[in-house]
Amino acid sequence: MSDVSQPVAHPPVTDWVNDFDHTDPQWTEDPFPIWDELRAASPVVHTERFLGCYMPTTYEAVRAIANDTEHFSSRRIIVRDVRPELTTRNAAPPITSDPPVHKPAKQLLLPPFTPDAMKKLEPRVRDICNELIDGFIADGQVDAAARYTKHIPVRAIAHMLGIPESDSDLFINWIHMILELGIKDEGVLMQAVQEMSGYFRAHIEERRSKPTDDLISYLMNARDKEGQPLEESHVLGSLRLLLIAGIDTTWSAIGSSLWHLARTPADRERLIAEPELIPVAVEELLRAYSPVTMAREVVKETTISGCPVKAGNMVLLSFPAANRDPDMFPDADKVVIDRRENRHAAFGLGIHRCIGSNLARMEMQVALEEWLKWVPDFRLDPAGTVTWSQGTVRGPRQLPFLLGKAK
Amino acid sequence: MTARLRVHVDPDKCQGHARCKALAPELFELDEFGNAHEAGDGTVPPGLEDKAWLAKSNCPEIAIDVIEE
Repeated sequence: MSDVSQPVAHPPVTDWVNDFDHTDPQWTEDPFPIWDELRAASPVVHTERFLGCYMPTTYEAVRAIANDTEHFSSRRIIVRDVRPELTTRNAAPPITSDPPVHKPAKQLLLPPFTPDAMKKLEPRVRDICNELIDGFIADGQVDAAARYTKHIPVRAIAHMLGIPESDSDLFINWIHMILELGIKDEGVLMQAVQEMSGYFRAHIEERRSKPTDDLISYLMNARDKEGQPLEESHVLGSLRLLLIAGIDTTWSAIGSSLWHLARTPADRERLIAEPELIPVAVEELLRAYSPVTMAREVVKETTISGCPVKAGNMVLLSFPAANRDPDMFPDADKVVIDRRENRHAAFGLGIHRCIGSNLARMEMQVALEEWLKWVPDFRLDPAGTVTWSQGTVRGPRQLPFLLGKAK
Repeated sequence: MTARLRVHVDPDKCQGHARCKALAPELFELDEFGNAHEAGDGTVPPGLEDKAWLAKSNCPEIAIDVIEE
């Protein structure tokens, strides 16, 4: 029997420019030189894999596609081996919506995620970080992905949704099924979608008799322009989206940040000496190690940065690669911890700007502040291995650290 | 003598990244959806000129204009 926890392997890539594959182990391990090679070849490259897929390699081409909802649809937002059927059962508005239905669906979700709303959540996140740190600080070593970065966003979003933080493992497994295994196995993808819908349906049912002050009740009580409640499929789709989008993305961003700081004592020391620089550092770490790659589907033929783009293909919309474009960012391949000008696209560009960007930023800032306060000295454990997630969201899934000053 | 500055957010371009509000809270405000607009008529009080330019150069949507008057 095959091991279902591991994605099916694709044939290895030998020609990155004409046959790229973002699930290749080489990409997972170290994508940066690959992106440089692709960018040097063309602003838009193409692969026959995934039933045909383009990838813009420059910031300019990524921006052009993100802003062009006429030729590029969000109805499919993950590049997979197959093109799953489009139904309301697996739609997740507003991320899978195009204009004109996108805007009302998005506006509905925005108020609970403003910077002011996040300020109210900050003390809870700080407590979560401290509880986690207390759990390993005396051990002298830790897998920071398994014991720290993974739990902060999952517990924060569970808190906002009003579902038990103790169900975290369930959520993390669904995300793995949808974002990693689901790239190559549609059955696993649909199973996870159904399980999540069932889970949320039960929570919705509970709230019919006992309304709560959380995002589930908020969506149940939301009304559209005509004053009508949302379809159940819309509520379920948005809840699935909030859970999926809010977890391994920020988990990855916090993990990559700690990975960088573990390997870069100078940056670590600077942030400890100047904690007010942490918000600026967060932006640079988001740029250099952007976790999220999105996708679009070409619905109408067009030209991007001089390259013809044909309908029916997917587009791997790599915000991470855009953020490494040296034409946009001087010293793009270096982490400049106090970079002042930073129009990075880690949260996307255009109408699909990440709804949770203020939440993610707050979580990253608090997670780094608390970590550096309690664990000022740490480094990669040479006896351990750092592993990275594959596909749509990139971040460390094993992050073995030794804590304390090197002896 | 330095010119007086005024900031303006193009509401059609702003997508609510809220970088301007984080970097120059005196010069920008957010609405209930988190989208930005300039505070008051956008006039930049003396001493905050650097923040105005900083907000402009960090807006991912290129939605901010700094006008020298």
